[in-house]
Amino acid sequence: MAYEWQFAPVFRYAGLLWQGVLGTLMLTGTALLLALPLGLVLALLRLGKVPVLGRVAVIYIEFFRLSAAIVLLYWFYFAFPVLFDLTLDPFSAALLAIGLQAAAFYAEVFRAGLQSVPPGQWDAARAIGMKRAEALRSIILPQALRNTVPVFLARLVDLIKTSALAATIAYPDVVYAAMRVASQTYRPIETFTVLGAGFFIVIFCLSQASRRLEKRLAVGR
Amino acid sequence: MSYAWDFSFLPHYSLVLLRALGSTLKLAAICLAAGFILGCVFAAARTSRYVVLRLLAGAYVELFRNVPAIVLLFWFFYTIPLMTGIGNDRFLTAAIAFSLYAGAYFTEIIRSGIEAVDPGQWLAARALGFTPGALFRDIILPQAIKKMMPALANESIEVVKLTTVAATVAYPELLYTAKLLSDTEYRPVEAYTTVAGVLLIALLPMTLLLFRLERGMRRSG
Amino acid sequence: MAMETILTVTGLHKSFGPIEVLRGIDLSVARGETVVILGGSGSGKSTLLRCINLLERPTSGMIEMEGEQIGRPGAALGQIAYKEKDLARFRTRIGMVFQQFNLFPHLSVRENVSIGQRRVLGRDRRKADERAMIQLEQVGLATKADSYPHQLSGGQQQRVAIARALAMDPAVMLFDEATSALDPELVGEVLTTMRGLREAGMTMLIVTHELGFAYHIADRVVFLDKGLVYEEGTPQEVIMNPHQPRTQDFMHGHTMFRLPDAADGRVY
Repeated sequence: MAYEWQFAPVFRYAGLLWQGVLGTLMLTGTALLLALPLGLVLALLRLGKVPVLGRVAVIYIEFFRLSAAIVLLYWFYFAFPVLFDLTLDPFSAALLAIGLQAAAFYAEVFRAGLQSVPPGQWDAARAIGMKRAEALRSIILPQALRNTVPVFLARLVDLIKTSALAATIAYPDVVYAAMRVASQTYRPIETFTVLGAGFFIVIFCLSQASRRLEKRLAVGR
Repeated sequence: MSYAWDFSFLPHYSLVLLRALGSTLKLAAICLAAGFILGCVFAAARTSRYVVLRLLAGAYVELFRNVPAIVLLFWFFYTIPLMTGIGNDRFLTAAIAFSLYAGAYFTEIIRSGIEAVDPGQWLAARALGFTPGALFRDIILPQAIKKMMPALANESIEVVKLTTVAATVAYPELLYTAKLLSDTEYRPVEAYTTVAGVLLIALLPMTLLLFRLERGMRRSG
Repeated sequence: MAMETILTVTGLHKSFGPIEVLRGIDLSVARGETVVILGGSGSGKSTLLRCINLLERPTSGMIEMEGEQIGRPGAALGQIAYKEKDLARFRTRIGMVFQQFNLFPHLSVRENVSIGQRRVLGRDRRKADERAMIQLEQVGLATKADSYPHQLSGGQQQRVAIARALAMDPAVMLFDEATSALDPELVGEVLTTMRGLREAGMTMLIVTHELGFAYHIADRVVFLDKGLVYEEGTPQEVIMNPHQPRTQDFMHGHTMFRLPDAADGRVY
């Protein structure tokens, strides 16, 4: 194989790629802003006392966990607007698809975290007179979150990987930028190698950080 | 809801949809089989005595788990023609990219399964005089497989969902067909909803199996 | 009393990295003899057992059993390249019972006792199953042959483990703290089984905490301290009237030890 690798053209378009990175960050960030609170609510509903709400939460969670992300993206971008007679730009569609699904995954993370706190903690908190909300906020949640940091980061990695699919509905993320750079430079192999390397570096660092955190938290037990 | 649902065009395309489902399942099956074999090979390498093998296997796992599947797909789309001279085979591209991707996940699943077997089992079998081969085959492997089952079922579901990403390189699986249908008949809502539904139904048996496996695991500990 | 020596350990050393756990153990065991090994934690008693059946590879020293020899005195075991396969063969002559039972959870009780016979000794299924039932009768668990380990109590599991080891026709049985993981009320049934083995003439090496049991069952007691044989003798000598200071400390320190009393109703 006498392929001549030429990375220079790709780097000439670094600006474009960088804009794509910003697009990815924007999408991932806002999706988290949507997914985390919603996930927490779902987890609380699921573990809560109202069976109907609990069942609704379960259905939501199982539905979004089982759905393929790219199918959700296409559905929110192409079907949803027609269904409700709206217009939806790629960002909003991607945000809805990715954020709502991530909420389901985080709901499970929070549920595991909440269940990992020994029931005796609730008793102790309420025995000193705390109300449920206060107990949750100052006693239960801190412990729950501490237990779930590694899984939390793992889901974050999943979120970043899923966001790469948003390019398919023409959202200008880093993958979309790479597609444009590839067509401009006629060097798709180099472009996607750079793209892959970029993702690898970021995600690898996150995984390593997660692993180290896991070790340190396990020691502290 | 003010939208007028109209599924009437679907029966006309039932053959097309069926073939698309077939393509989805075919790709999923190949990737699962190849991924599992890769998983066994690399799991053995990961636990081998030779550092070089361990590092190589580790590199493979990290590389393919930390890069989004769509990026891998695009990369292989452009490099496979170069490496093999076979141009524009969508199935091959997706099969290779996704098999390698799944293989990385299977490697970790298989490795954890083996490591999860209680170390006392190795001791007891060796004390009885088992040779390493018989030990692994009769004592360790059956237990490892049982511990792996939920994770294997889970990963299988993920692989089926992954095939939808192949739509981006125009592999005629369900999502791609949905887009064709939607563009042809101007009914995105029905097209995409149907495909989403078909996928969920296709995943249903696997999800039930997973559910039962997880319950079984909790019972026998 | 001419007793045929069945097992000899000479100059056994075992180090784990920089820590030397066994510093030169010499021991011989006669056929039909029951030797109890006592010692504090860190004295090396479990390590000694595991070196004898080569679950751990001694750093140096020799083990000889029924004429077959592993290692050379003074030579590091590592200098002689033993394949795991050769060691596996050696292990079939020695049976071991673990503190954690280590039954195979995916097999029934009968299969647990027969699988070693079939896969290691090559007996056919029918003979192996017959033998398994005989062993299970001997430990009183024939009715549980089709149960699975998790359905049995700790004491029952340990008795199955004993049956499993016996089915291999070992020349020597090693017991590594066989009752330490059991609830107190289950300990007795295992000790009764072990006592039955002794009466049947089995050669046994027992590491235990149960001093009362040790006193009654041992022909000889070996007290290990810091990786060496510190004191050795009859149970009367070592347990009741130890000569050496550290042995005395150990025996007196075990306040759970009650004087043997035939009228107290205990199972020994």
